[in-house]
Amino acid sequence: MAKRVKARAKTSSLGTKIFLYVFMFAMAIFILGPLLWLGVHAFASNWTYPNLYPDGWSFHWWSKVFDDSALKTAIRNSLIISPIVVVASMIICLPAAYAAGRMNYAGRKTFLIGMFAANSFPKIGLFASIATLYYALNLMGTFVGIVIIQLLGTIIYMTWIPAAAFAAIPRNLEEAARDAGASKLRVFRTITLRLAMPGILVAVVMSFLASFDEAQGSYLVGAPQIFTMPTEMYSLVQNYPIQVAAVFSLLLAFPSVILISLARKHIIGGQLAEGFQIK
Amino acid sequence: MTDSTTGEGLILNGLTKILGGRVIIDNLHLAVKKGEMVSLLGPSGCGKTTTLRMIAGFLIPDSGNITLNGNDVTLLGPEKRPSAMVFQNYALWPHMTVFKNVAYPLKVRKLSKEEIVRRVHEALEVVNLMHHKDSRPGQISGGEQQRVALARALVQEPDILLLDEPLSNLDAKLRVKVREDIRNLQRRLGITTVIVTHDQDEALSISDRIAVMNSGRIEQFSTPQELYDRPETEYVANFIGSLNRIEGDYQGGKVIPGTGVIGIRPEDVLFTQEQTTGSYPATVTLVVPRGHFSEVYIKRDDVELRAFISVDVPKIGDQGFARVAKALIYQDSKLVRVD
Repeated sequence: MAKRVKARAKTSSLGTKIFLYVFMFAMAIFILGPLLWLGVHAFASNWTYPNLYPDGWSFHWWSKVFDDSALKTAIRNSLIISPIVVVASMIICLPAAYAAGRMNYAGRKTFLIGMFAANSFPKIGLFASIATLYYALNLMGTFVGIVIIQLLGTIIYMTWIPAAAFAAIPRNLEEAARDAGASKLRVFRTITLRLAMPGILVAVVMSFLASFDEAQGSYLVGAPQIFTMPTEMYSLVQNYPIQVAAVFSLLLAFPSVILISLARKHIIGGQLAEGFQIK
Repeated sequence: MTDSTTGEGLILNGLTKILGGRVIIDNLHLAVKKGEMVSLLGPSGCGKTTTLRMIAGFLIPDSGNITLNGNDVTLLGPEKRPSAMVFQNYALWPHMTVFKNVAYPLKVRKLSKEEIVRRVHEALEVVNLMHHKDSRPGQISGGEQQRVALARALVQEPDILLLDEPLSNLDAKLRVKVREDIRNLQRRLGITTVIVTHDQDEALSISDRIAVMNSGRIEQFSTPQELYDRPETEYVANFIGSLNRIEGDYQGGKVIPGTGVIGIRPEDVLFTQEQTTGSYPATVTLVVPRGHFSEVYIKRDDVELRAFISVDVPKIGDQGFARVAKALIYQDSKLVRVD
């Protein structure tokens, strides 16, 4: 009897395992398939149906992208605008995050929930009304205009995540540093900020990606004077061979991959997890 | 007796603190001599931690002042006071190694690298943790974390060491050991120490003097022995050790009706087979074994007394004679005489 139960348990666990592997394989194809398709296209001289393999390999499309002044400008714009957006977002939002995480003031909850609420509407409506405001302020088609519009999308990340990180730091870790003779500023720099850093890093990565990928608002405000990589994609898809779009897509994914793999070490790498074992 | 005239040690003069509309500390006076180890003992909510936080500088008193070795430190922030505190949960910085935790106060003081290394190593050797200097707080045990916190306080060579329930997070066996370690260290270094605790055993075994606190006031401040033998108020008598509390007056070893309160320590209740002077007929009603002694309930003239007896323990129903060796007599909660 006991043996039969055990055997059945074994087959069912084997069944689960097989299902799991099939599921994982399907997910891998689902996620990596399009990327693989992009990757092949970016390096293929030509690849058309019904051929299983590309006709040949070349860097032709890469040089095409880097020789095209419009595309080059878009890359440059994106690489300049996104860091500025992230830094501006940090300057504006981190103090707010600290206040929301650490202090108790009237309207604190309303402030945090309100931030969420603003993000729960379709953005295009918001952008349209901002556009009318921009015309009045002469911000249409300007660099500053794009920075502001991208900034809006990062606020939610840059306040909520660091606020939680600040709130999670036990007060007496700061008190201990004050007791040891450190000034308030030094305590903030060496203890508070240091302990909130993993949360801030996550917020920075999320904000950078939100800014770097933002297309709707940037297109509305920037086109036709200023194009970023995502807004350039619109014309790219229509006016260039598919291989150029593939190269551009890879370029668009590149900073994200680098950022996440850099941050991964600091966010997951032991220190944070082990630090919070102490009550 | 106190050093209030010379200004040595720690003096709390008329401290009052109101938090959230409630008087937490009420006109508190305390003088701790240099090199002395003093416990603030009391139940939770009596204000002992608030007092400690005022000494450390985390709270500014609403009135009164604090002097440390003759200097008024009442309004100084914690970073400017020559005090070092060990927190109840140790408050070690998880992102720094043990070495860096202990080195932090010295780094803040901008000492040279060689001096920092020398002093940190010294402090870690005192608490026996050199082998863990490169570990992080999360990788060592609770007892070791406690010692790191102690080293971080000692490395500052403070004028006064403040310990906030330092043993409450340790298991019972370790607690006794660490308690002795702290006491030995404190004696050896001759460092003025104030320790907050709610555990009377801890206070009795570790302190030179104990301040028993009750709702923001100090009820009694004296040596452990004196506190036990002559508790000045009924509150102290109840809080320290066990007590038979009987309402009435006391005359010639007998309880008579009255308005006072009589406190009798269980070890002062003696049960014998033969009648002696001052003893009266009594019956054993209950015996509870407690290991190395037994708790014996004895009924005598309608009064039930609890006695601790370790040899010749009687049985339930035994008839004999009970004598009270020492009674504390209180009138309006104040000790009026010891009989």
